[in-house]
Amino acid sequence: MKKLSARRRHPLAALVVLLFALATTGGLYTALAPAGEAKAEASDSSLAIEEGKKLYAVGCSSCHGLGGQGGSDGPSLVGVGAAAVDFQVATGRMPMAAEGPQAPKKPKDYSPEETAQLAAYIATFGPGPAIPESSAYNPADGDSAKGGELFRTNCAQCHNFTGQGGALTHGKYAPNLKDVEPRHIYEAMLTGPQAMPSFPDSVLPPDQKRDIIAWLDAVNTSESPNEGGFTLGGFGPVSEGLYAWTFGIGVLVAAAVWIAAHTAKARKS
Amino acid sequence: MSTATDAPKSAPRRGGKAPAGERVADWADGRVGVYSLAKANMRKIFPDHWSFLLGEICLYAFVIIILTGVYLTLFFVPSMAEVEYEGSYIPMQGVLMSEAYASTLDISFDVRGGLLMREIHHWAALIFVVAIFFHMMRVFFTGAFRKPREINWLFGFLLLLLAMGTGLTGYSLPDDLLSGTGVRFMEGAILAVPVVGTWLQMFLFGGEFPGYDIIPRFFVVHVLLLPGLMVGLIVAHLILIVFHKHTHFAGPGRTNSNVVGMPLFPVYAAKAGGFFFLVFGLIAMIAATTSINPVWVLGPYRPDQVSTNAQPDWYMGFSEGLVRLMPAWEIVLFDSYTLNLGLLTPLVVLPLMLGALALYPFFESWVTKDQREHHIAERPRNAPTRTAFGVAWLSWYFIALVAGGNDLWAINFGLSINSITYFGRVAFFVVPVVVFIIVRRICLGLQRRDREKVLHGRETGIIKRLPHGEFVEVHEPLSQEKLYALTAHDQQRPAELPAATDANGVTRKVGVVEKVRVRISRSYFGDSGQVTKPTAEEYREITSGEGHHH
Ligand code: HEC
Ligand code: HEC
Ligand code: HEM
Repeated sequence: MKKLSARRRHPLAALVVLLFALATTGGLYTALAPAGEAKAEASDSSLAIEEGKKLYAVGCSSCHGLGGQGGSDGPSLVGVGAAAVDFQVATGRMPMAAEGPQAPKKPKDYSPEETAQLAAYIATFGPGPAIPESSAYNPADGDSAKGGELFRTNCAQCHNFTGQGGALTHGKYAPNLKDVEPRHIYEAMLTGPQAMPSFPDSVLPPDQKRDIIAWLDAVNTSESPNEGGFTLGGFGPVSEGLYAWTFGIGVLVAAAVWIAAHTAKARKS
Repeated sequence: MSTATDAPKSAPRRGGKAPAGERVADWADGRVGVYSLAKANMRKIFPDHWSFLLGEICLYAFVIIILTGVYLTLFFVPSMAEVEYEGSYIPMQGVLMSEAYASTLDISFDVRGGLLMREIHHWAALIFVVAIFFHMMRVFFTGAFRKPREINWLFGFLLLLLAMGTGLTGYSLPDDLLSGTGVRFMEGAILAVPVVGTWLQMFLFGGEFPGYDIIPRFFVVHVLLLPGLMVGLIVAHLILIVFHKHTHFAGPGRTNSNVVGMPLFPVYAAKAGGFFFLVFGLIAMIAATTSINPVWVLGPYRPDQVSTNAQPDWYMGFSEGLVRLMPAWEIVLFDSYTLNLGLLTPLVVLPLMLGALALYPFFESWVTKDQREHHIAERPRNAPTRTAFGVAWLSWYFIALVAGGNDLWAINFGLSINSITYFGRVAFFVVPVVVFIIVRRICLGLQRRDREKVLHGRETGIIKRLPHGEFVEVHEPLSQEKLYALTAHDQQRPAELPAATDANGVTRKVGVVEKVRVRISRSYFGDSGQVTKPTAEEYREITSGEGHHH
């Protein structure tokens, strides 16, 4: 113990403590988190539907109607499927908070467990796309080059070459797809939220969806390599031009001012 | 080591010849007259003011572009033949693309130093045109385009146009989806030209869009034709500068008939050489750290694909903006011929916009009828109408430029793209007028302040209490140098219409054009157009009665 307290002031002590703390939290998390999922899986599906019904009545029925038939404030949810619910609720889009051109992504209101219950309940309204298996959207199994071509053909006209997002009319927009979870990308294609068209399996088979996910994983996540250096937000010529007009010419003019100020005369004084 | 001691020793060995250096110089002098050339030009004076270095930034950026461009040419394949990519960038492997695009990927990933060269080349190109703009504005706002430099102004303007053209063709060479969309846009504009549009399009593209010809053709234009013209024009531009000598700002000893500064050799040459490396280093630093046009994520061009945020490089951005601002109007003539006003109008407005600035010097000299030579750089405030016009033009240009990025402003600032476009349409007509009025006022205000300063001295910020209790601020008289600089500019009198009748009592006929000219001249130089600078008498009168005035 004496040895330990003597090392308390070692320059690396803080680092060691930090690492220890991180390891503990990480360990606790892995110990606890799967337990929650396991519980959800274990729970009886009819029980989940019951729970979902309660959540729905409180959080969703005011807009979508008690039986999901829709109303003046929200569309019918008959046949939207569990995938649509999972996408809308897990990305925080639903419940919709404020009137606007489009329901934006926001911090989610429901836990994964509750989301699954809502999805299970709404799926009973009518047959619709189910939540995909994780093997369906694993980017490592997809072909990013094929996905790139598919993305440019089907998605780039709204989302930009690499999914940086783009403006649509009247304040609507296709969002930036950076770091969107693969499962949500898959569900978005499957269900076509809001202004986005849906790409059912008849149009875009599951393996092509996975290729698209692999492409986005290669070019638009926080971990994707930026071969050219700092990307300026990835907006292309507009941000590059802005940079040239500010920083680029700025440093050169500063250099010019400096050179002009250092004349042979100046040395004498 | 002095030549004097060396010469006797070497003389016997070399059979009584002069040292090698001297002989070479003699040889050259005898043939091309280098001595007199060097004597005249090494003593060329270049004034010290940072804004006079903007032209040099252009020059150095151009040199950098040529150097890196030569390197890229060694590896670039200007062909639209289709190949399957097999290079080292995984997310493109197996994709069908043109050789042009594939070779650009190779330069980026498989050629040593290729990516850095691409990025230096492209950044230098963007900064080149920004520097041209800055340089042009320096020349404009100091009135350095006045006689005898009008031709050089036009040479410069031509260089700007050529730089834009070189940029546009270079941007299109990699044949990626972004630039291909730009070429398609250009094709649309060409097709909108009445009568000959379709023919022009077929001629340029060698058939239906996109065909196989456009990239090889752009390549020749980009690496040979336009740079060749630019080199020639730059040389002519520089020769004219040497011939006219440089302008300088007024000051004691700095008059309309001399140039004060550093001789070209050695001081200025050393500084210029150092500055070149500084510019090269800074651009290389930007290129090494900051990505530009990452074509590998954009994909090869295919006519069936498009993307949002498809913008040209900034110097063509205003043309994109003009098209985005223009409503998509169409007129159908004789039930059969469609005039696409949405593209045709921008196509007409664009040259008018550039022409307005290019021809301004000739407009001004028509108004002033000034035949004198001008070698003093004018302070912008002392030419309020010109300055206001220049800033108004800039605001006009920038509205078009900003409109070219309307989708990005919309998404990044949470705005509606429709509102931005409507706002831009109104702003395009209103803002330049408002800017003109405001800037002219500001210039007049500054002139008035200069006048105050000359007559009453500088406000020191020191408050003094007079014996009878009044508080006054102490004003400090300006130094002689300052006084000179503030009063050296000459002020023109407004033109006047000739008397209605001549000496013989015969009514004179004055043309409409002349009447208009007199009107404009009054607004330039009348009481509303400039503040009369203090005369020596006024100054003496006030300074002799010092104390009462503050
Ligand atoms: C304030 C009203 C409101 C509330 C509360 C609300 N929604 Fe919605 N919801 C909407 C509207 C409006 C849309 C249509 C969005 C659009 O297309 O712009 C929508 C769309 C949806 C969709 C997509 C339908 C489709 O066709 O793909 C789902 C799924 C959905 N909501 C589920 C939910 C769930 C689950 C809840 C409760 C947690 C909920 N909503 C709460 C208003 C609401
Ligand atoms: C017509 C334009 C359009 C096309 C084409 C389109 N999208 Fe979308 N996309 C949208 C819009 C609009 C939204 C926003 C929907 C919302 O907020 O509910 C969206 C949302 C998304 C999201 C959710 C993003 C998030 O932040 O949660 C993903 C993922 C997505 N799209 C992927 C795709 C893919 C992959 C394709 C091609 C297969 C595609 N989109 C094609 C317009 C489009
Ligand atoms: C390729 C682009 C260009 C290069 C390399 C270039 C180079 C130069 C250089 C080195 C100078 C002397 C230094 C200076 O005054 O800054 C100069 C002066 C000048 N330039 Fe340019 N220039 C270019 C474009 C332009 C443009 C676009 C214009 C205007 C339309 C212009 C008009 C002038 C004029 C009138 C002068 C004389 C200024 C004076 O004597 O005060 N130039 N140029």
